[in-house]
Amino acid sequence: MEMTFAEKILTKYSGEKNLTPNQIVNVSPDHLLTHDNTAAIIQKIQNELEKYGIYSNIMPIIVLDHVIPAATEKTALNHKKIREFVNKFKIKNFFDVGEGICHQIVIEKGFALPSKLILGSDSHTCSYGAVGTFSTGIDRTEAASLLLTGETWLKVPNSIKINLKNQLQKGIYAKDLILKIIGDISASGANYCSVEFHGDVNKLTVEDRFTITNMGVEMGAKNSVFPVDDVTINYLNSIGISKSFYNSIYPDNNAHYIKEYDYDLSLIEPMIACPHSVDNVKPVDEIEGLEIQQCFIGTCTNGRISDLNIAAKILKGKKISKNIRLIILPASKDIYEKALNLGIIQTLLKSGAIILPPGCGPCLGAHQGALAPGEKCISTANRNFKGRMGCKDAEIYLASPATVAISAIHGRITNPKEAL
Amino acid sequence: MKVWKYGDNINTDMLFPGKYTYTCSTAKEIIPHLLEDLDSSFSINVKKGDIIIAGKNFGCGSSREQPVLGLKAVGIRAIIAESFARIFYRSSINQGLMLIESPDAVREYSDNDYIELNINKGIIKINRKEYLFPKIPKEINEIQNSGGLLEYTRLKLKKKNK
Repeated sequence: MEMTFAEKILTKYSGEKNLTPNQIVNVSPDHLLTHDNTAAIIQKIQNELEKYGIYSNIMPIIVLDHVIPAATEKTALNHKKIREFVNKFKIKNFFDVGEGICHQIVIEKGFALPSKLILGSDSHTCSYGAVGTFSTGIDRTEAASLLLTGETWLKVPNSIKINLKNQLQKGIYAKDLILKIIGDISASGANYCSVEFHGDVNKLTVEDRFTITNMGVEMGAKNSVFPVDDVTINYLNSIGISKSFYNSIYPDNNAHYIKEYDYDLSLIEPMIACPHSVDNVKPVDEIEGLEIQQCFIGTCTNGRISDLNIAAKILKGKKISKNIRLIILPASKDIYEKALNLGIIQTLLKSGAIILPPGCGPCLGAHQGALAPGEKCISTANRNFKGRMGCKDAEIYLASPATVAISAIHGRITNPKEAL
Repeated sequence: MKVWKYGDNINTDMLFPGKYTYTCSTAKEIIPHLLEDLDSSFSINVKKGDIIIAGKNFGCGSSREQPVLGLKAVGIRAIIAESFARIFYRSSINQGLMLIESPDAVREYSDNDYIELNINKGIIKINRKEYLFPKIPKEINEIQNSGGLLEYTRLKLKKKNK
């Protein structure tokens, strides 16, 4: 039987044969990611932890990133409880505040590898398909159960194939592509499905792929994945992981897909998701000129070195509008350091930007850059839900780092094409 | 019994704002903020046994489980929607909150219609029409019958460590 990527991975991890969509299988993931929510997770299973301990001290990856440095006594106490848990159970893979956003860490530190299975109590866990990992989000209760037992159930998903051809034009980015796709497919168009990218993917870097797979959940996908190719292999080499450390799994040529979509990358233009839904996508040109008050470049979607570099290129020697707050957030300490060494941070600071420590920052509205009623923010994040940045009467627009950077100069939403 | 009716893509920020995610985790802390930015009357007026009817993709967005914990704690009997987002769906299984996918029933229902729910038989009755919904797979039923995933896990651990 010809199989999709998801069917092959779940066959490998369940040990069962001839899997069909909707079948339920038991699996043990290679890793379980949790973050600041680890405090609430271990709270649920205090007695069991005392009695049985944890299933494995290598499986969990814990990254403090959501509200860092702690904003209140309560968040500080959460962090303290997590550190105590880490020490008590000798958790090997712990990254304290300031190391970076959890999804960036999982990829950058080499936990995500081709054909591995990673679950995480964060919806953007689907990001790791950028390097060929099968990864998906779960809730806190399931993470608690996994800490104790190391196993859970997964339903074999149907799969959707997205064929890409040609390459993106200058000034057009992976963010524009994924926004275009989500706008077409809708926020529920890939519900419960595994999304596979095929075709001319070799011009998309691992960073580009990360932006695309990260937003898989915004169209409802269970996971989202690129095939492992030279781009993946070279990236993994660059972080010290040679080919002998992993095997790659590819879908069969005649595997069954419930839907197929074709995209000509050369036809994509700058796109923007308008309030209050990620699939409310329009070409930037359609709302050009709209006045904004805050610009945000960062997050697990677009806080990588290539993103900061694009912003710096646009902002070099320029000043942002006096009516704008430009918040920039490198997705990890490594990225921050690279950006410093390349002079990117200096350029951004000189333009008038505020640099925040590597973490989730204002993306989820818990601290650092919340919005006031009536304000509009253009952001490189992955969600623009009502209230997402702390205020239900504010508006969030999602776009590429280039669109956000050029908009910061003008104080209005602006198409980046001419600036590049 | 009241029916709370909402539209498509009711996301997790509408169900429970992200700004409270790391400060509220118990039912008592969650309930006052339930549906805060969607329907401010909900947390005040919701009663045990009420039903929610919604459109497509209910619960999309974050993996936060406060929406499910909160809706279960206030006694929502079932959520009937055209479709659900997957993490919300799993989370509801884990907490024993009843979800029913029935696009036809959702389209049929208008405000103040008569509605009756027979969960055991898998039937929703709206006015005089009946809509069948599929049974839960047995693996998942086991989790729900144990009283949720944590109880299920506790039983499994007890058995294993006997």
